[in-house]
Order: sequence, then structure tokens, then C-alpha cells
Amino acid sequence: MTYTDELIEAIGEYLLRLADDRMILSHRLAELCGHGPILEEDIALTNISLDLLGQAKLYYEKVAEMSEGEVTADDWVYFRDEREYWNVLLVEQDNEDFAHTIVKQLFFDVFEMLLYGEMVNSKDNDLKAIAEKSIKETKYHLRHSHEWMLKLGGGTEESNRRLHDAVELLWMYTGELFYTDEVDEILVAAGIAPDTSKFRDEYYNTLNKILVESELDKMDPDAWMQSGGREGLHTEFMGHILATMQYLPRSMPDEKW
Amino acid sequence: MVATEEQILRILDNVSDPEIPALSIADMGILRGVKITGGQVVVTVTPTYSGCPAMYDIRKSIVQELKDNGVEGVKIITILSPAWTTDWMTDEAKRKLKESGIAPPTKTTEFSLDNIINQKDFVPCPFCDSENTELRAKFSATACKALYYCNACEQPFEQFKCH
Repeated sequence: MTYTDELIEAIGEYLLRLADDRMILSHRLAELCGHGPILEEDIALTNISLDLLGQAKLYYEKVAEMSEGEVTADDWVYFRDEREYWNVLLVEQDNEDFAHTIVKQLFFDVFEMLLYGEMVNSKDNDLKAIAEKSIKETKYHLRHSHEWMLKLGGGTEESNRRLHDAVELLWMYTGELFYTDEVDEILVAAGIAPDTSKFRDEYYNTLNKILVESELDKMDPDAWMQSGGREGLHTEFMGHILATMQYLPRSMPDEKW
Repeated sequence: MVATEEQILRILDNVSDPEIPALSIADMGILRGVKITGGQVVVTVTPTYSGCPAMYDIRKSIVQELKDNGVEGVKIITILSPAWTTDWMTDEAKRKLKESGIAPPTKTTEFSLDNIINQKDFVPCPFCDSENTELRAKFSATACKALYYCNACEQPFEQFKCH
């Protein structure tokens, strides 16, 4: 296919969105290194973090490649400010407790599963290849988060209450996963990016099915939803994440370690 | 030294996966091919997992091993498609895995949301072959392995995840 300037610009934006979602969630999970509730989970959460970091790197490197060496993957990650990050608000939310960590992950995993399930048909060969690679990892992440939903939901009164609180708090951030603007419209029309509205029902049906299995109440897909991340308007957590994540390379630019 | 593609492949048999030293990168399906074009050796590899930290070491070992055998100026290309799957691991590789106490992967299954939710793995113990085993942790010491426990011989063991 031929790539017009308009298409190239849209792909660049789209790749950064995909990359930022995974980068920030990866960072959140990495924060649990040494702080997991049990050793096995410490390892599980950081393994998932590593997969997401690997996926983010693939997207950042493709944008870097498109810029013909003007910017590197590290530039994107370490030298952008809060207002220039395009991740959805869901991924930057605080880990809070293990229930919040799992619910956030479940909301993301189910979406990612559906997104990659469509992206494997992308007309862009690189996106197609990344989707084919990543869907296998996502599948495993989802099995992990789903299993914990069942365990926490059907566990004790306390674990069920915490899971319930996490779902109540994080639900309003799911709507933004389906955010679309002209970037998506251009790429959907060109057959490069999936049309997320096509699987919105399946997304919420799957989540509600899992909530019921986990002894929780169903949630309303049409409830009020918070957004802003895709436009660079973030929650209070984002500045703290960037401060930790970017401190070292910003104080010692070009340092290698 | 001007080598042939077969010779290069034979040299690369000595490059093992740093996380599973019993297996070579060819056994693992990481090494996808060798081409010599205009005197330059081009080695194609594919990662097992997107964030696999061993890839850096593997690339370095390929260059070093070939250099030790007099082959210089090697170019390494990383491809993602077709995506790596444990189905590419040879029977020989699976035998070597079992020998080193790691349960080999079984066949990978088709993708569907229902399937993931209901999927159950069946993993015999690599030590005593008992089917009375249970999953202890979905993630283990490396991205590619899970932790199981054998109720028959009371041994923990790792399984190479189906991927």
C-alpha cells in the first residue's frame, strides 16, 4: 500500500498511543517488584511488566524509525512531559492494593485481547507482526488476571469487598479505551487500525461475565466515563510516575548504564 | 575464511539460549535462517517474547561465536513475523528440556475469549511422568516458564509454557 503524508502522520500518533499505554502500565507493574503480596505474584507482575515493556519498545522503535533517526525510543520515553503523553487514564491509576492492580490489569487485558485479535488483519505489515506476537502474551496475562478475579471475588468477605471497591473506582476509566478521533478514522478507513467500536459490546459483555463469575454485581457500560489521557490531560498520578521514571536520564542525559 | 551457509549453521549450533543452556538457539526456533550475500553473513533471529531480555545476549553470542571461528562482519536481523511458537521446538529440543527437568510445552491451542477462560493445561511431571501435578504459579524464573508441583514425587518443576 502507498503511504501518504497524512497516513504517515496518523500512524505516528497511533503508535505513540499504543506505546504509551503499555509503557505506563509496564512501569506501574514494575513498581511492584519486591512489593508483591507473595513471591509468585511478585514474579508474575514483573513478567507481565516485561512483556508490556517489550511491546512498547516495538512501537516506539517503529516511530523512531519513521522519524529517520531524529528521535530515539528513549527520547520518547524519558524526555516528554505529562501533556505530551497520550496513554489512557486507566493505566496510570495507582496500584493501591492487589485487588486494584488485578482489576486494572483485567480491564486492560480484555481490551488488548480484542484489539490484537483485530490488528492481526492490519494492512500495515509491522503492526500486523507486532499484533501476532503480542496476542500470545496478552492471552496469558488475561488468564492470570481472570484467575485472580475468581480467587479474590470468591475468597473472603474482605477480598470480595476490596475487589468490589476496585471495580467501582476503575470502571469509569474503561470508556476511554474506545476513544476515537481523526487519527483512528484515517487509519480505520485505510485498514491499518482496528475499529474499536466493533468490539465494544463484546468487551463489556466479557467483563460483566467475569464480574458475575467473581461474585460481583454487573456494571453499566453506559455509565459516565472519565477521559482526557488521549489529549494529554492526566490524573494526579501521572506527574509522579514521570518524576520517578525520568529522573535518572534527565539528571544525567546521554549517560549509559 | 569464506564459509558456506551450512558451515555457519553448524558453528551456530554452539550458541545456546542463556536461560536454558541445554538448548541451542536452533533447537529453540529462535534462529530463523542464515544467508550469505555478497560475502556478508546475515543471520535472522526472532524473539520468544517481546521483552525477552536474553535477545541482547543471544545477538552478542552469535557475533562472538562466528568471530571465534573466523567469520567477521556479521549482520543480525530480528523479525517478528511469523510469530515464534513453541510448536517450532524440535522433538529433540523437547527431549533435552525434559532431561534437564523442565516439562516441555504441549501443542498450542486456537485463540478465543472463551477458550482462554476455560483453558486447562495438562502437564506431566518431567521426573516421574505422573499426571498428578498442579500449577503453582503461572509465571516462573523466566518469561517462558511456569511453576508446577508434582503430587506424586513431591517435586516442584518448571514447565516451558505453550506459546
